[in-house]
Amino acid sequence: MMQAVYSFVTVVAVVAAAAVAGRMHGGDALLLSAIAYAGFAVFLVGFCYRVVKWAAVPVPFRIPATCGQQTSLPWIKSAGLDNPSTNAGVVGRMALEALLFRSLFRNSRARLDEGRLICSEQRYLWLAALAFHWSLLTILIRHLRLLVEPVPAVVLGIERVDGFFQLGTPPLYISDVVFACALLYLLLRRFRDPMVRYISQFSDYFALLVIGGIAASGLLMRYSTRVDVIGAKEFALGVASFHPVRAAALGSMFTVHVALISLLAAYFPFSKLMHMGGVFLSPTRNLANNSRAKRHINPWNYPVKTHTYAEWEEEFRDKLKAAEIPLEADHGGRTAAD
Amino acid sequence: MAEELLQIEVKKPRGDWKDPAVQFRKGVFCYSAAPKNLRALDLPNAREWQPFDADWKLPPDWKRILLDGMRERLRKYRSFRLFMDICVRCGACADKCHFYLGSSDPKNMPVVRAELMRSVYRRYFTLTGRLFGALAGGRELTEDVVKEWFFYFYQCTECRRCSVFCPYGIDTAEITMIGRELLNLIGCNTNWVLEPVANCFRTGNHLGIQPHGFKDSLEFAADELEEITGVRVEVPINRKGAEILFVMPSADYFAEPHYYTLLGYMMLLHEIGLDFTFSAFASEGGNFGLFSSHEMMKLLNAKIYEEARRLGVKWILGGECGHMWRVLHQYMATMNGPADFLEEPVSPITGTRFTNARSTRMVHICEFTADLIHSGKLRLEPARNDRWAVTFHDSCNPARAMGLLEEPRYIIRNTCNRFFEMPENTIREQTFCCGSGAGLGTDENLEMRLRGGYPRASAVKYVKGKHGVNLLACICAIDKATLPTLMDYWVPGVQVAGVHELLGNALVMHGEKERTRDLRGEPFAAEAAHA
Repeated sequence: MMQAVYSFVTVVAVVAAAAVAGRMHGGDALLLSAIAYAGFAVFLVGFCYRVVKWAAVPVPFRIPATCGQQTSLPWIKSAGLDNPSTNAGVVGRMALEALLFRSLFRNSRARLDEGRLICSEQRYLWLAALAFHWSLLTILIRHLRLLVEPVPAVVLGIERVDGFFQLGTPPLYISDVVFACALLYLLLRRFRDPMVRYISQFSDYFALLVIGGIAASGLLMRYSTRVDVIGAKEFALGVASFHPVRAAALGSMFTVHVALISLLAAYFPFSKLMHMGGVFLSPTRNLANNSRAKRHINPWNYPVKTHTYAEWEEEFRDKLKAAEIPLEADHGGRTAAD
Repeated sequence: MAEELLQIEVKKPRGDWKDPAVQFRKGVFCYSAAPKNLRALDLPNAREWQPFDADWKLPPDWKRILLDGMRERLRKYRSFRLFMDICVRCGACADKCHFYLGSSDPKNMPVVRAELMRSVYRRYFTLTGRLFGALAGGRELTEDVVKEWFFYFYQCTECRRCSVFCPYGIDTAEITMIGRELLNLIGCNTNWVLEPVANCFRTGNHLGIQPHGFKDSLEFAADELEEITGVRVEVPINRKGAEILFVMPSADYFAEPHYYTLLGYMMLLHEIGLDFTFSAFASEGGNFGLFSSHEMMKLLNAKIYEEARRLGVKWILGGECGHMWRVLHQYMATMNGPADFLEEPVSPITGTRFTNARSTRMVHICEFTADLIHSGKLRLEPARNDRWAVTFHDSCNPARAMGLLEEPRYIIRNTCNRFFEMPENTIREQTFCCGSGAGLGTDENLEMRLRGGYPRASAVKYVKGKHGVNLLACICAIDKATLPTLMDYWVPGVQVAGVHELLGNALVMHGEKERTRDLRGEPFAAEAAHA
């Protein structure tokens, strides 16, 4: 629990600092641009560094976790996606994993019912995770409106669909609602589920709280304090085109939003958020289960000192003879030195 | 066991996992390896000690050895480095571990088991951990942590059930394997793992059976088969020029109920007239090296190819065994191949090419037998198994490291009339471990085995109540060795058998006498006797 408190205090401190800075230097967008640049530079360099570092480590053995029938006899139907034996199958398995969270979909909850252990299906975590990631992606794509001019048709299309219900002015985005709900669920789960609370660490709360701060400041700007969108876009375009501009004062909420995004970006490569890149490299998922059909090479395979047949025969020669088991060499010592 | 049944309960996790203190209570840990076994294998720090001792007599520079060992493995295994980095602690794995479910000890949640190692990794190998220590999830490596590692890495059966549910495929077995390797570096091993390894290195099998003993066992089995069936089967050993080398786990010819499976193999191989040989040198398919270190695994496994080459066989057939097949399927060719001196396996009886084994050139007996049955090469009388209501326990490794799910079921369905599946979330890739795998199946560890085996037993109990199941079939030597104890304790009245025992019962042999008894010497069910 202290871990959650520490995270909360850290995030509140950053928010307060950003808010104060936003008030004091309301117009000083250059400082804010510098923070954004720093955050994203750390993100890009750090992310690439981590991925390259993983990729540079060999995969000595082919160890897929098989989650279905293998490919063996032609009349037995194999599970092409859960236990792929071809590279195409692996692409399918990885796509299911990355896009639909296949493994999490299997989730179950174990409970004891009158002495009997029951594992029943439990899909809330899967649903919340899927909702969280997909709505986050939608929101990121929508933000391209602020970073690209003219706004791409795809972005406009997604915006239209996302605002389909036309509730209120400005229209409420479905993705905003879904994202906020999923985030709250994931956060509450950390506090309420005794197992998850036990395993949660500073970084688990911290990531969620920073993202929560970004979401809250964003929602407030859109639906309540109504940030100057033209000014915000001017700022964002300036940053994106590497010509930061001294834009009009955008207020504390905007400063908080950008500061937290920069913080998250900089924190990303040092944290568990790297699962974004790591999921594609997992050897239990991204290898075909064909290790008996195709030899997998271990680049650092090295010779070991084994106990050879000759040594074995030498030791048990008399017993082998007495048991009339065929021998390789009949007189002592000849093969022992081989 | 006379005392009361263990109480299995769901307790809310308490305390802080970062506190490494563990209690080596009788019944929940394995004893240390005898120094002679370490010496036989040239392993470091051979000495007399026990886990409950205060002083483990670690080498003076144990900390440097462990950290250097970690650094080396972080450079050699992508799995290890990645799994140290990407866990988000979503908790999906938490209640998937049979040891957590059976013990309610929160450190048995797979995520925490891994965190025991991860926290040390963060502290010594990441920037944030070095700067912020505990706040970044880091933990100092102390002697208490070493003891904790020993306790929990020998309280994991490397069954990989958690890995099936992990959204990133984080495999606790990888972490446990590396953890045990590291502990090996400072001489912290268990005898139940190292004695079989030392035996196997010298005699060729875990039990330390010497060649004449091997022959005696098989001859005895042939005599017994002759009594039961009236047919004399051959016992070829170390025979050069045979087409196929047959390798099985040593328990098959030395322990019960494995032995009845051996009888089943011998009947089958005789009945189809296979040109094969056993080997007294490659007299072990199982590989406890897997439970010790990658190097140990490689060095024990090497004899299989060496023997196949020496005998000049075309390909290799392997018996029923779980972790044996993990090694044969996922490691053997990489470690000790290429097997270019063998030929692509083709069944001499049906002509079927086992293209799935075209490189390693080793076929699982269930694949081989399923093909025989499917091709109509065997005469089977399922009614001879009518005294059994059968359920099938998927052994961890064939299920989650191969996907050998349908072949054994096909054999069971063709040899038994009454077959019932356990609940869906407890079979196939979601199967629950016997609780005694990965070298934990020793009696001093009995309480933890019974706790870990509880989820499996609970599912068996369910089908026993619902369908009257009285036989738990499986294809793993460790299962056969440990499930009977588990059944006696939690589900009395359920026996354990290999799939090829059921095949042996049902197999109608050429020239057999009128059969009245099954391979256990028990009479067939009344109506089946004259079927």
